[in-house]
Amino acid sequence: MHKKMAFSFPDEVLEHVFSFIQSDKDRNAVSMVCKSWYEIERWCRRKVFVGNCYAVSPRMVIRRFPEFRSIELKGKPHFADFNLVPDGWGGYVFPWIAEMAGAYPWLEEIRLKRMVVTDESLELIAKSFKNFKVLVLSSCEGFSTDGLAAIAASCKNLKELDLRDCEVDDLSAHWLSHFPETYTSLVSLNISCLGSDEASFSALERLVHRCTNLKTLRLNRAVPLDKIANILRHAPQLVEFGTGTYTADVRPDVYSDLAGVLSSCKELKSLSGFWDVIPDYLPAIYPVCSKLTSLNLSYATIQSPDLIKLVSHCPNLQRLLVLDYIEDSGLEVLASSCKDLQELRVFPSDPFGAEPNVSLTEQGLVAVSLGCPKLQSVLYFCRRMSNEALVTIARSRPNFTRFRLCIIEPKTADYLTLEPLDVGFGAIVQYCKDLRRLSLSGLLTDRVFEYIGTYAKKLEMLSVAFAGDSDLGLHHVLSGCESLRKLEIRDCPFGDKALLANAAKLETMRSLWMSSCAVSFAACKLLGQKMPRLNVEVIDERGPPDSRPENCPVDKLYIYRSIAGPRFDMPPFVWTMDEDSGLRLS
Amino acid sequence: MEGCVATELRLGLPGTDNVRNKKRPLQEADEECGANGKSDAQDETAPPAKAQIVGWPPIRSYRKKNIQAKKNDSEGPGIYIKVGMDGAPYLRKIDLKVYSGYPDLLQALENMFKFTIGKYSEREGYKGSDYAPTYEDKDGDWMLVGDDPWEMFITSCKRLRIMKGSEARGLGCGV
Repeated sequence: MHKKMAFSFPDEVLEHVFSFIQSDKDRNAVSMVCKSWYEIERWCRRKVFVGNCYAVSPRMVIRRFPEFRSIELKGKPHFADFNLVPDGWGGYVFPWIAEMAGAYPWLEEIRLKRMVVTDESLELIAKSFKNFKVLVLSSCEGFSTDGLAAIAASCKNLKELDLRDCEVDDLSAHWLSHFPETYTSLVSLNISCLGSDEASFSALERLVHRCTNLKTLRLNRAVPLDKIANILRHAPQLVEFGTGTYTADVRPDVYSDLAGVLSSCKELKSLSGFWDVIPDYLPAIYPVCSKLTSLNLSYATIQSPDLIKLVSHCPNLQRLLVLDYIEDSGLEVLASSCKDLQELRVFPSDPFGAEPNVSLTEQGLVAVSLGCPKLQSVLYFCRRMSNEALVTIARSRPNFTRFRLCIIEPKTADYLTLEPLDVGFGAIVQYCKDLRRLSLSGLLTDRVFEYIGTYAKKLEMLSVAFAGDSDLGLHHVLSGCESLRKLEIRDCPFGDKALLANAAKLETMRSLWMSSCAVSFAACKLLGQKMPRLNVEVIDERGPPDSRPENCPVDKLYIYRSIAGPRFDMPPFVWTMDEDSGLRLS
Repeated sequence: MEGCVATELRLGLPGTDNVRNKKRPLQEADEECGANGKSDAQDETAPPAKAQIVGWPPIRSYRKKNIQAKKNDSEGPGIYIKVGMDGAPYLRKIDLKVYSGYPDLLQALENMFKFTIGKYSEREGYKGSDYAPTYEDKDGDWMLVGDDPWEMFITSCKRLRIMKGSEARGLGCGV
């Protein structure tokens, strides 16, 4: 009896200890130690993360965690970003808001990614949560500026409104005027995705003026360059700033105004925006460059010499997003100037052109990998690659955690040897032992998957396109990658065998996406029947899968684990493979 | 005479139209080359335009829009402005978009009005002739052609005027 008591703390003490544990993984581990820890933990969990909104129902979440303040939900699969998921597939947030409105009047934070958010949902949020503080909508759609007006008008304690890459119906720029004159708590505002209509500049200026705690302000393209000085004058405390359109008639007064006001922003660490840049106005930002850690020039259509000049002024840069106008020469300068660089993304300026329009090749990536010792995350679009370059990159930069390479033309071979790029990517997974995310491209056989299955033990997310020869490729990945959570595949010759042989693996993952592959309807049905805790969704706009022979491949397949069972909000072109009937329509 | 078309010697496969001038994949060129040389390759009918694959390359729609917007600007309607010269009886009209830069434009003006412009320098304007090309900008001011970057010039230029005589020489005085 005494021994037992010596080892058990009062609940309050345990709760206090648990409050230092923030990560979901750790919290989940804590909750599995014993029943009493499960109980204590669930009552004091304040932040809930749901990686797939269909994996669990809102009611289940509310039942288990009665007192959370913050929720993060993700909806559509990642390939929805590239228009591979038809409109209307799902990912509606309204049911979640409706359930939480009743249960959680004290909810403070909602973060959503790839979900459909209606004005009705936004209005319900505005009405239901009196202490609402943070709304982050990332790659969401379905709402208009009317919904934003409701949030602005009602959420008196709103600190953060972040609309990242959303598709918003821009009905009226006057939604900003709905923030009452008494409202001053804004800390972060990101409206960069809003349309190019006339913005309400005076409302914006007044808002910035009275919100003295504003740290992040990302404007949209509609805000002209000559208006920026007036806005920034009221916010010298800004840490992150995104410009609007960065072009205007060259006027010395506008230039000096802008340069002056920028140089008085002593805390500025991150810059973005720069649509329609003209080089004449770029030097205005030189005074702040030495402190910059993050720079997003991915909309800036300026040429290499101007990019080089800019980048050379930023020795403390940790994150750079840029168009391929930077070219190999610019990346070489980056490699020698920015020794703290951790993340680089290079986007294509002419992705659909048949011929290269800039001199950006594998050499640029090699230069940065050799020159930047802290580089760990890369997204790189280019038109040629070699195994030799990939091996050099892997050897020199074993600390990569995210490596996403897109060779623009599918199935492009090593340009030096004309061989597949298996060995090159094999080197990446072999040397980069902490690799968590990998995107493949170029000519690849089953061999690359053998390397991945053998070496990529920490890999959590893999994206594959136009690669592999047979089911063996898929089998290597499913059987070898112990940490795999998300697998997305398109246009690969993977069929039934590997999928069925590794069915159990699918329950250990969040989701699997396969489109334009060779998985038959029969296999989908079988999988649905045998694995009740998996939702096997067939997405086919050609019509019902049973109107074609069973061995016909399905167009798109999305498989995810779920304890909520099949969903009931599917559109006519989605079917869930059920354990009972083999075919279920919503 | 119609029979001539069918039997005339042409560069290209029989039945193909010679008009288009696009590049061909390298292998085909090697096959066709023979005695005719590499120029054959240029005159073959182009292979059909590659169909765009859905969702490839994997770029978000808002990025694609940004790129397309830039392209449309350059393919859009021309920028037509009136050009006058001191002493000429009537004005002319030109499309600024067809010129690649100042040298191209000035050459065209010289041909159109049969005169010679001097050499441009930032300090002294157009030295060595009686003529100076000027333009009216968005603010209604008359400016010397050549001071601004080309892209800015074509968006702010409303009309052109080629000044002649003492007025023109006055512009070259480094003011």
